[in-house]
Amino acid sequence: MTEVIEALSLVPKAEAKQSMKDFKSDQEVRWCPGCGDYAVLAAVQGFMPELGLAKENIVFVSGIGCSSRFPYYMNTYGMHSIHGRAPAIATGLASSRRDLSVWVVTGDGDALSIGGNHLIHALRRNVNLKILLFNNRIYGLTKGQYSPTSEVGKITKSTPMGSLDAPFNPVSLAIGAEASFVARTVDSDRKHLTSVLRAAAEHQGTALIEIYQNCNIFNDGAFEVLKDKQQAEEAVIRLEHGQLIRFGADGSKGVVRDQATGDLKVIAVTDENASQILIHDAHTTSPTTAFALSRLADPDTLHHTPIGVFRSVDRPVYDTQMSDQLETAIEQKGKGDLATLLAGNDTWTTGR
Amino acid sequence: MKTLTEGEDLSSAPAVTTTLTTRTTPVRQLDRVIIRFAGDSGDGMQLTGDRFTSETASFGNDLSTLPNFPAEIRAPAGTLPGVSSFQLHFADHDILTPGDAPNVLVAMNPAALKANVADLPRGAEIIVNTDEFTKRPMAKVGYATSPLEDGSLGAYHVHPVALTSMTIEALKDFGLSRKEAERSKNMFALGLLSWMYHRPTEGTEKFLRTKFAKKPQIAEANVAAFRAGWNFGETTEDFAVSYEVAPATSAFPAGTYRNISGNLALSLGLIAAGRQADLPLYLGSYPITPASDILHELSKHKNFGVRTFQAEDEIAGIGAALGAAFGGSLGVTTTSGPGVALKSEAIGLAVSLELPLLIIDIQRGGPSTGLPTKTEQADLLQAMYGRNGEAPVPVIAPRTPGDCFDAAIDAVRIALAYRTPVFLLSDGYLANGSEPWRVPEVDELPDLRVQFASGPNHELADGTEVFWPYKRDPKTLARPWAVPGTPGLEHRIGGIEKQDGTGNISYDPANHDFMVRTRQAKIDNIEVPDLEVDDPHGAKTLVLGWGSTFGPISAAVRRLRVEGKPIAQAHLRHLNPFPKNLGEVLKRYEHVVVPEMNLGQLATLIRAKYLVDAISYNQVNGMPFKAEQLATALKEAIDD
Repeated sequence: MTEVIEALSLVPKAEAKQSMKDFKSDQEVRWCPGCGDYAVLAAVQGFMPELGLAKENIVFVSGIGCSSRFPYYMNTYGMHSIHGRAPAIATGLASSRRDLSVWVVTGDGDALSIGGNHLIHALRRNVNLKILLFNNRIYGLTKGQYSPTSEVGKITKSTPMGSLDAPFNPVSLAIGAEASFVARTVDSDRKHLTSVLRAAAEHQGTALIEIYQNCNIFNDGAFEVLKDKQQAEEAVIRLEHGQLIRFGADGSKGVVRDQATGDLKVIAVTDENASQILIHDAHTTSPTTAFALSRLADPDTLHHTPIGVFRSVDRPVYDTQMSDQLETAIEQKGKGDLATLLAGNDTWTTGR
Repeated sequence: MKTLTEGEDLSSAPAVTTTLTTRTTPVRQLDRVIIRFAGDSGDGMQLTGDRFTSETASFGNDLSTLPNFPAEIRAPAGTLPGVSSFQLHFADHDILTPGDAPNVLVAMNPAALKANVADLPRGAEIIVNTDEFTKRPMAKVGYATSPLEDGSLGAYHVHPVALTSMTIEALKDFGLSRKEAERSKNMFALGLLSWMYHRPTEGTEKFLRTKFAKKPQIAEANVAAFRAGWNFGETTEDFAVSYEVAPATSAFPAGTYRNISGNLALSLGLIAAGRQADLPLYLGSYPITPASDILHELSKHKNFGVRTFQAEDEIAGIGAALGAAFGGSLGVTTTSGPGVALKSEAIGLAVSLELPLLIIDIQRGGPSTGLPTKTEQADLLQAMYGRNGEAPVPVIAPRTPGDCFDAAIDAVRIALAYRTPVFLLSDGYLANGSEPWRVPEVDELPDLRVQFASGPNHELADGTEVFWPYKRDPKTLARPWAVPGTPGLEHRIGGIEKQDGTGNISYDPANHDFMVRTRQAKIDNIEVPDLEVDDPHGAKTLVLGWGSTFGPISAAVRRLRVEGKPIAQAHLRHLNPFPKNLGEVLKRYEHVVVPEMNLGQLATLIRAKYLVDAISYNQVNGMPFKAEQLATALKEAIDD
């Protein structure tokens, strides 16, 4: 990538051309064979050279969970922190060091259960963070309990008679939390995953990428319907900004607004209704349609699952504003003088 | 310095000599006075006390203050739980506490009188707002008859003053509603007290005009009420005398002074430490009483490059501070006991990451929500041990409001030099209390600069130069601080056990044993000054304290010595690690008494570590010790 990405304009550039190898650490990767995490790691390592950033200015921060081992495998700076807290830690880092490109790696349990609070607040603040949320709809590291994205009735070790609680839809949650950038992709689709990473990197502020990731040990095939070529044609809706929202064999299906309810629905495209098909606008200020798109998928069968960038809007960035306030304070009051500060306004002197 | 000043608080009635000045009323000289302003939590008693304190500080007295207020912002008016008070002790000599018992009580309503009268010694003066002593307000607090008329206040010198109606009368030309005018009655009271004690008034008038700059009418009304109070004192015959307390010129070494509260001193200490370390200060904090003032204060000083982040919760507060520390900032989080409980896991992470971080705990009454606005020092064991695993953290505690400045700098020194989280344990008493503080010269402040890692620090067997994030400084055992942005030092750290040196994940049993012991050794070997013992008479009993009990303990020790009872005193700033000579000091004495505002937490630590049969003396009523009470307790130990 040769053009300057404004969102990364403060991050120093690499002096030489980089390759995927530059981003592989010397640590042995220890995920289960066949885990979807490998594909995501390879995609990220393969994408990083595109950004051309000095790798010492890239930081990966993670929480706890299988995916949170990710930083160990990136030859950048990294922190493997504690359960759920990565967005908070990354917020401190990103808001104090605008010359860094800060990435958060988290999972459905880490980000949506124990760390739910930090996630929503990072999103609403719009700190310059790129959050990769690996969603496998199960707890892997603790060996197979249901997660906050598991479908209702999930039979697991902790729910032998089926789980009772309704799952979160991470994209809906993020849009509701005022996220300025929300996307979804799938671990096995390297090309799509990379395109979403690119869009996130170019975005100013917090970007949330939900990555559907297969846990082949505890929840194998959870997203098979989106991966199997034949099924995917009917199940996956690829969102592209400025393009008609059509999918299915030869674009036989489309997404239209239900005139009665204002909601979105899937229709079989005909000559008569073709003009009603929505054009995807990721940059529109209102989150309404992006939210409606996030509700299209059937949570049980995953039919009509949109992938791609749901929403990408410009909004003031927290760390930029924080720095601006420091500069404004210096403009207004002058650079702080410690002796004056310590003395305050009301002193007296004794001679002895 | 006057020798008899050691007899501080010896009697409740101050020694007086009457002289005449140019005033029309006689003026008496006092060596010290304790005043308590008390009223409804909406009556502005804290502001009144603050102003009187500022006047007193600028006059040059030594002083010590004790604000005492309910957790409710506006408790039901006129009730006992709603009473807010501010006690101020000022003197012509150096003093150590806000005083045991007030010489003067200003009671703005019956509730304020009822809640405070038991603390007054015989002969104390009571200034009461008679306008509030009507049937309903009195009935609300259980006065069947008026205490102003039924003789129940016979032991005191009562000044009935119609504070409310005189304030309204004084402001009748200001076009204010009755309710608005009434709100200035605290300034009337302040004016009266300022007259009684010859306080300078310019500061308060200037303060009012600044505070109400956007409402000049209100500003002038308050100034008018203030002056009316002063003039009332001058003209009424009820106040036969006024009092002078000379400046405490001999109590203070030469220098420039200001009045300062603990939380303000702590805030300034943090800014100073950031400058001396040449690191940007980053505060991650969630509002909590009584620590929020530090967040407020630091937020005002963005022109020092201070970043303040009001987080979504306590955990995010410390998380952000730790993230900033990873990036090379001076990371700080401020909280109180409940917040520390929430931060525990992140403190453990900081122990494992071995990054500098300050955790400031302004202790309050516990457990759980406890007493948010009252003081206690019951978080010591939480700070020492409140984490999973072996997770040692240095602990330091300031002894006075002004000392919070030095303690902050000391805490930063340790955090930076040893790459460790550090606990600073202040408390509500220090946080809100105030005293004169000598403004330090910037040149006297210590150099706290540290070196970030800049290149490889290890050579592999094959001669390759590499960076090892957990290769330690042989003296301090600190690991290198390699901040992102440094080329060639890319590394990963985390809460999982690490291999010594490389910092790679390691589950090796022997390595874990080594790392646990090494982290402990690093903290144990932190350099802290030896404990100083004040023992002029070769006593057999030692009183050992820590934190904010310094004032009351010192005052009690003075009393005992005046009575000819020898007693030694030592006060700990460093609670982890303890000073190297502590064990030897303890063994020198037959009796060791440890007064604490908890159920014996320091006593437990020293009994465990030094096998010393320490006598624990405890109080957990949300208030600081009284000097008299402590002196009595210590006397028992001496006479034992």
